[in-house]
Amino acid sequence: MDETSQLSEFGKVFIYLIMGVLFVLFTFFIGKLVAPKKPNPEKLSSYECGEEAQGNSWIQFNSRFYVIALVFLLFDVELVFIFPWATVFSRQELINADPYWGWLSLIEMFIFVGILLIGLVYVWKKGDLNWIRPEQFLPTSPSKIPFSAYKALNNETYQTKSFNNDFEIPIPGKVLTEAPVSSGKPGFIPKFKRPTI
Amino acid sequence: MSLEIKNDTGSIMVVKVDDLLNWARLSSLWPMSFGIACCAIEMMGSMASTYDLDRFGVFPRPSPRQSDVIIIAGTVTFKMAERIKRLYEQMPEPKYVISMGSCSNCGGPYWQHGYHVVKGVDRIIPVDIYVQGCPPRPEALIGAILELQKKIAQESLLNS
Repeated sequence: MDETSQLSEFGKVFIYLIMGVLFVLFTFFIGKLVAPKKPNPEKLSSYECGEEAQGNSWIQFNSRFYVIALVFLLFDVELVFIFPWATVFSRQELINADPYWGWLSLIEMFIFVGILLIGLVYVWKKGDLNWIRPEQFLPTSPSKIPFSAYKALNNETYQTKSFNNDFEIPIPGKVLTEAPVSSGKPGFIPKFKRPTI
Repeated sequence: MSLEIKNDTGSIMVVKVDDLLNWARLSSLWPMSFGIACCAIEMMGSMASTYDLDRFGVFPRPSPRQSDVIIIAGTVTFKMAERIKRLYEQMPEPKYVISMGSCSNCGGPYWQHGYHVVKGVDRIIPVDIYVQGCPPRPEALIGAILELQKKIAQESLLNS
């Protein structure tokens, strides 16, 4: 082209942007025009996988999750680095080319892991890995009746018998006989009939 | 469909707006990612690469706000029925329901003694297409999608 274009290269990008915005707006407009709109309170309620939304959405997460997530991410990324290292580390031709290659890469990786381990030790020392657990305690009551009284009452009221299998239920009119000695053969012999064609 | 009418060069089509809208809707039937019981496994199978429901424009959405069709794939218990009703209500119009499998059609094996099973999902939401089977093969679900497409093609969005 001999004559200079009125539109610079950035102008084309500008037109592209404008057309993109217009296209999206046009699509939204058409959707608003043709889409049926039948709102009701149930439809406008927030989507909670079919459950009814309860409580406040402004709940606070424990900030300790953040530290755990950060430490996890650290070691996650460490693994991402170790995988390509491991594929290169074991290549025979590199080891053949330089006898110190294997030792060098191994020590380098140990230094890398060691630096990250220092971070883990730091987090551990700071106590960020300690999770504060709720205290468990037995409920007490201000009653003056001693606990042994309840125990005695329970033993008296709810008497239990130890379970054993060694009794027989007597059935009137039935004579106990010896069980027939099994010959070791199964009683049921499966038969396979070939279907007649 | 009148969308098939083309001139020889294939560059200009003359269609009714209703047909165009219907064609657009039936070519992108987005179901909700919602499976209840073992039929959902078949549903996943039909959406995966072997049966590839994506070629019909069926692409599961994570929210009822974006879905056109809800596939009731599995046993509808009374506890679940409440949720299904709410999910159905939260879908925007026009919305369709495919009842997949015997359980959601009529209660299936739980018809007689299932104290906990709704005897057919059509008792809580209107069903457009029933798929028989326990569970239905992926082909059956694809057939249901095709039937639903036929149904949509005959609707008129502008006159409703």
